[in-house]
Amino acid sequence: MPQVLDTLDLAFEVNGDAVSVKVPPGATLLDALRDALELTGTKLGCGEGECGACSVLLDGRVVNSCLVLAAECAGAKIVTIEGLAANGKLHAIQQAFVDQGAIQCGFCTPGMIMATHALLADNPTPSEADAKRALEGNLCRCTGYRKILDAVLSLANGGVAHD
Amino acid sequence: MIRTDVATEADAKRTTKEPSFIGKRVPKLDAPDKATGLARYLDDIKLPRMLYGKILFSGRPHARIVNIDTAAAKALNGVRAVITADDIELVPFGFGSDNTALKKGTVTCVRDEVAAVAADTPQIAAEAIKLIRVTYEDLPVVASVAEALADGAPVIHEKAPNNIPFNFDYLHGDIEQGIAESDVIVEDTFNLQRVTHCCLGTSGIIAEFDATGKLTLHSLSQVPFLYTHDLSRIIGIPPQRIRVIQPPIGGGFGSKLDVHPFEPICVFLAKATQRPVRMHFTREEEFFATPTRQPMIIRLRSGAKKDGTFTFRDVKMTLDNGGRTSWGATTPWISMRTFSSLYRVPHVRQDVDVVYTNNIYACAFRGYGNPQATFTIEAQIDSLAEKIGMDPLDIRLKNAQEPGETTGQGMVLRTCGLAECLDTAARNAGWEVKHSGAQKPTHGIARGMGMASLFHVGGGAKIYRSDGCGTMLKVDDFGGVTVQTGSSEIGQGSETVIAQIVAEELGLPIANIRIINNDTALTPWDVGVHASRTTFIAGNSALRAAREARGKLLDAAAAMLKRDADEIDLADGKVVDGDTGEPLESIGKVIRGMHFGGKHELVMTTDFYEPPSKAPDKEQKGDISACYAFGTHVAEVEVDLDTGVVKVLGFSAAHDVGRVINQLGIEGQVEGGIAQGIGYALSEELKVEGGYVLNPTFTDYKLMTTQELPEIKTAFIETQDPAGPYGAKGIAEAPLVPVAAAIANAVYNATGVRITELPLTPERVLAKLQEARGDKSGETYGETCGQPHG
Ligand code: FES
Ligand code: FES
Repeated sequence: MPQVLDTLDLAFEVNGDAVSVKVPPGATLLDALRDALELTGTKLGCGEGECGACSVLLDGRVVNSCLVLAAECAGAKIVTIEGLAANGKLHAIQQAFVDQGAIQCGFCTPGMIMATHALLADNPTPSEADAKRALEGNLCRCTGYRKILDAVLSLANGGVAHD
Repeated sequence: MIRTDVATEADAKRTTKEPSFIGKRVPKLDAPDKATGLARYLDDIKLPRMLYGKILFSGRPHARIVNIDTAAAKALNGVRAVITADDIELVPFGFGSDNTALKKGTVTCVRDEVAAVAADTPQIAAEAIKLIRVTYEDLPVVASVAEALADGAPVIHEKAPNNIPFNFDYLHGDIEQGIAESDVIVEDTFNLQRVTHCCLGTSGIIAEFDATGKLTLHSLSQVPFLYTHDLSRIIGIPPQRIRVIQPPIGGGFGSKLDVHPFEPICVFLAKATQRPVRMHFTREEEFFATPTRQPMIIRLRSGAKKDGTFTFRDVKMTLDNGGRTSWGATTPWISMRTFSSLYRVPHVRQDVDVVYTNNIYACAFRGYGNPQATFTIEAQIDSLAEKIGMDPLDIRLKNAQEPGETTGQGMVLRTCGLAECLDTAARNAGWEVKHSGAQKPTHGIARGMGMASLFHVGGGAKIYRSDGCGTMLKVDDFGGVTVQTGSSEIGQGSETVIAQIVAEELGLPIANIRIINNDTALTPWDVGVHASRTTFIAGNSALRAAREARGKLLDAAAAMLKRDADEIDLADGKVVDGDTGEPLESIGKVIRGMHFGGKHELVMTTDFYEPPSKAPDKEQKGDISACYAFGTHVAEVEVDLDTGVVKVLGFSAAHDVGRVINQLGIEGQVEGGIAQGIGYALSEELKVEGGYVLNPTFTDYKLMTTQELPEIKTAFIETQDPAGPYGAKGIAEAPLVPVAAAIANAVYNATGVRITELPLTPERVLAKLQEARGDKSGETYGETCGQPHG
């Protein structure tokens, strides 16, 4: 102990930008985002795939970034919470979370929003049961989920205006 | 001059007008930053040259430390400091003065902090911790309250040779008389489990010193001023040289009311290295190395007359305190208020032993002893009602207090919406139709409905010498307002409530209001986020500071416009005619007129609000809060009699909140409280066996998820408390308090089986159903089975 760790050079796309990072071989996607790229909007709630706070989009699918090895992401397209707002305007999902009171301490929020994004991309008019199923893996200790589901359903009914 | 009646006559006319912000659905001011990932939580902050701290926990419930060898850890590349108790001054702290930052001599629970390191990276810190060799001599483990109280039990702390460091006894009336007056009496022993806060953001801190030895902490404390004071003693730095800055906090719920050992440890590491040090818990550490809610064994006897009048409550409880003592050991101060004053009861006695064990220790958690007390009281009310053949709603209504009553413990209920809460929650739930006393099925699905109410402080609690909060407010030349408030935002929405109040008073848009609430160098004193006090106390202080600023603006505008100050008003950023609302001048122009002309003055006001409550007397009696909160919850459940699975179908909650300030925020508080309560009732338990924590993961410690969310109906009873800001009372803790009680009563209604332990897991429920059915076949189920009371 301890050897100088080898580092991996990785290139992928994050929020539309091509990036290359150096990470230790065991680094997770979450480590790469938070530590190497300083995209700290994605949260570490457990590091074990149990809470959903670290949810991001990996090639369009929502994943727990704490469980994905950074090395597996070479060449992939990743979208994080920082990638949604555009031109100084909140994304419709973010705005719905704000307006519906879906945010208290806010620690679960980035993960919830990314999971919602994936749901709506897949199913633009989810039922309440669909929304509950899609967000089942995202824990929130503050809101009791009602207002989070309200936010999701407000978008389903009005439709997501844009992406 | 201290004004305690906030509403004055001059305001009366205005308050009849439709408010602009009060009672509206106002999104949280901090929500956009949180929605975009911009909010910088503790573990998002990286300071230049910052090191990473890590703690070595004992991992043994009870042992003597024989030797600690740190040589290998110190030799590791990238390690900048390794400290043990020998390297610091050991100052006892905690409510029982039985804790120190690092431990010397004996460890009394698995989370005892034994050594700590600071290193260049979190990975090196974790590696270094593994290289520290501690030699222990194991001591006999006291794994439960029963073991701690057994004859010849090992003594955990010398100063409590019987392992009972504290008692919290209380009496009003005469229990013997209460028994004599009773037509029916019930008695049960309840066993309430250990649960933990599970804040999504885990605990942490950053400590840094400046060149003169002044300390800045980025801390998650929810009581920054008391914290500074307590911490100062432990680290030997005068409070005036400590600054506490709070980043956004990923959940509190009472977990951040104490100074925790990791906090002084981080300071000692920063001092040793003269570099900023950040410490941040893993989820596993959060589960086993932060305090929990108190497990309680409660033996309760209560009685009623034939007509339903409650006669007495006699309660004996033991708390599993764990191996150290936090402020949370004082939860019986609150539970005694529930026993004494949840409904009208003439004779009440509480006898509490707080018991040392070698389990991890407990602290404050939303409700502070109240959920446990309410669970037992409300279960027995249903039993009493059944024995005298009364509807559970009617017996509660019969004993609900009226406004103006003083409870047996001396609390004056100037406003009290309890009866209305009972009626409203029951009506919204469809009680009359759905609460059935019919024969219970033995197989398949059974449905039932149950209710429970709550009593809690609503206007702070005078536990410290002051229960106040300060505000400093300035209006700039352009109508921008900065409010420095002592109160902290921990996600609950206090910041937005304060902005609404100030905007309402000054007739300015919410967007013009900036709240500074997270830096003790800037903000005036406040006792902290606890006791559901912030809307009431900090709200009142902000209101008074804003009213004074409003007066200055109106006087100046009146002089400028040559009108009477009481003929004009402030609205939408303008000075307007008080009757017609016609705009007369912009507020900005009036302010600049004051600044650059006239008397050359700026609009700056300060306020310190101390509520008109009283510290309790030696018998624990007195009017401890400026007002009191009430509520009733009704739960509808479905019980699968073959599997024991309980599903909450619907929840109806009615709360006496005085007045709603933020409709969106208060609904969120109630819904969040219900969710935590459902977890407490059905699935959450931090299992500790032999002193070891068995389930420190979200896989094994089950929080409520979206899938278990029932339909929720909320109602707010606005009793307009005369002491509250615009009539508001506190809400925060209240919505969690009666949830488990209502669910357990609904399960009883569905099955006829009374379960006196939590959580109501399928295994526990099925076992109780089978026991009640007499055997595993379920054939002998009868009407009287499951009735636990003789
Ligand atoms: S941090 Fe990845 S699931 Fe919890
Ligand atoms: S808002 Fe706090 S965890 Fe969801």
